[in-house]
Amino acid sequence: MYREALNEALREEMLRDQTVFLLGGGIGQRGGSYKVTVDLLNEFGPKRVIDAPISEASFTGTCVGAAITGMRPVVEILFVDFTSLVIDQIVNQAAKYRFMSGGKVKVPLVLRTQGGSGNGLAAQHSQSLEAWYYHVPGLKLVMPSTPCDAKGLLKSAIREDDPVIFIEHKLLYMEKGPVPEAEYTIELGRGDIKRPGQDVTIIAWSGMVSRTLAAAESLTRDGIQAEVIDPRTLVPLDTELILESVKKTEHLVIVQEAVRRGGVASDIASIVQAEAFDYLDAPIEILAGRNTPIPFNVNLERASVPQEPDIVAAVKKTVYAK
Amino acid sequence: MMYSREFLEQLYRTIYTIRIFETQCIKLYRQGLIIGYFHPYLGEEAIATGVCAALRKDDYIVSTHRGHGHCIARGGQLKKMVAEVLGRETGYCRGRGGSMHIADPETGNIGANGIVGGGIPIGVGAGLGISIRGSNQVVALFFSDGASNNGVFAESLNLAAIWDLPVIFVLENNQYAVSSPIEEMSRIPDLHRRAEGYGVEASMIDGNDVLAVFEETQKAVRTCCDGNGPVLIEAKTYRHGGHHVNDPGLYMPKDKLEYYKTHDPVTIAREHLMSRSDCTEQDIAEIENGANQAMSEAIEFARNSPQPSVDSFLEEVKQN
Repeated sequence: MYREALNEALREEMLRDQTVFLLGGGIGQRGGSYKVTVDLLNEFGPKRVIDAPISEASFTGTCVGAAITGMRPVVEILFVDFTSLVIDQIVNQAAKYRFMSGGKVKVPLVLRTQGGSGNGLAAQHSQSLEAWYYHVPGLKLVMPSTPCDAKGLLKSAIREDDPVIFIEHKLLYMEKGPVPEAEYTIELGRGDIKRPGQDVTIIAWSGMVSRTLAAAESLTRDGIQAEVIDPRTLVPLDTELILESVKKTEHLVIVQEAVRRGGVASDIASIVQAEAFDYLDAPIEILAGRNTPIPFNVNLERASVPQEPDIVAAVKKTVYAK
Repeated sequence: MMYSREFLEQLYRTIYTIRIFETQCIKLYRQGLIIGYFHPYLGEEAIATGVCAALRKDDYIVSTHRGHGHCIARGGQLKKMVAEVLGRETGYCRGRGGSMHIADPETGNIGANGIVGGGIPIGVGAGLGISIRGSNQVVALFFSDGASNNGVFAESLNLAAIWDLPVIFVLENNQYAVSSPIEEMSRIPDLHRRAEGYGVEASMIDGNDVLAVFEETQKAVRTCCDGNGPVLIEAKTYRHGGHHVNDPGLYMPKDKLEYYKTHDPVTIAREHLMSRSDCTEQDIAEIENGANQAMSEAIEFARNSPQPSVDSFLEEVKQN
């Protein structure tokens, strides 16, 4: 399971490196709201699995300070929505420290959080805010969609010398999938072809990947073979893999749960049109969340973000475009 | 308390160096060699000097936007400092940071900060690292009365308290947040009283008296090393001018400003040196000449240093 894979990554890295510690609200005895840190307090003790009061700005800043002075903190912010409380420490401090110091000071910090809709948690607990952090130079941005990716990427994130924003998805924690027995890491900046195909490229990340794979499966009934690419890390972005695929399929659909306006999808589209314009047979299609706060009502919530039939329709529109 | 002449001389050398750094840099600013924001530490020199004199080499400090004094008191290099405020490649941050962002890991200076209050949690984090490693260092966390009204101060003081961290909160109360007087920004202008609500030991001292600062910090270091930290020290002081080099500070009452200019940290440090040792006027002039000389050399070095290369900058940012 996704959450178990994350737990394994934390545990292995804590065993491997004494400077790794965890800090967040309810991560100790309670094991975290999504059970990612379960049992780690018992194994590593309260000095390395630290329960913090609801002081997000300061406990995140505390981790920035610890990182600057030689530790490797993994701080958990319960919902990506709450990172709004922490923006100064992420954007003005963590992201800029290395640069401002002329490269002398490193900030090996991982901020784990989770986002996305689908649980009826309404407008302040369901957002997809990756574009905020995508926008800020100095941060790396990871959004794994499978248990295997989650583990390998979290291990790499912890070993990284720059701050990493690691956004999980609340619908994925119980998701099952194969995870290698032997130790492994996944390099940041390497996308993954989740399904090969030659007719159209679909880019999706985080919670949108499984939905996109289901859509790709149903598209085969119409004879359309979609290639599904999961960039896995948005910063750095594997543009090479994306361009290679687009040059092959000549059609691109980008699926994003976050709202359409100012999103990462728009930026990927701009990169592709600049680098592979001559290969495109149709306009790039962006399928994104509506420009709305996430509603509570389940039907309205579903209507706010891309669903499987929406993806199917977007692909057909692109492939059949003249 | 008894002090050696050598120690008193060192305090005076530091406090005078900070004074000369700021006054010389203001001249460079007026000549157009320094641009942007420049926040002088004039009038507050005794705090950085006294605090840092009580620290060990492997301790940490966290500085502020008004941070030149902290950097010098911690043993920072004048050449690299002047080069940085001039934006040169040889500066502390290779011209990427400027006055508000000097950090010096070699002297345990975690860095100045352009965000008022932004450094407070960072200092607590350095303390948390010490606590996890069990390494018996301390952190001197400089911040201001202005920052004390930011939410992270309350949060961070509480975090340091519940985790018993070896952090000395050095509240430099210069009585102004930019142009807002503390009496209007807080019902209780003696800000150390807030610490009691968090179960933190606190005191208030004359921030212009370097020995008072030193002695109080020494006590605080002991408290922290005994595992009874954090500690908060409120050092009362006053700026000799406006918030930054282009702020004439017309809102500062003349009589109060005059009082503090007379109750001057440099003068007080000189009096300590004269009255507590056999140091003569001649010896003091030698100390001052040495500092002036070092500053002239630093300015010369900075002015002759190359600008950062735009090409290599653009090459570096490609990797982002």
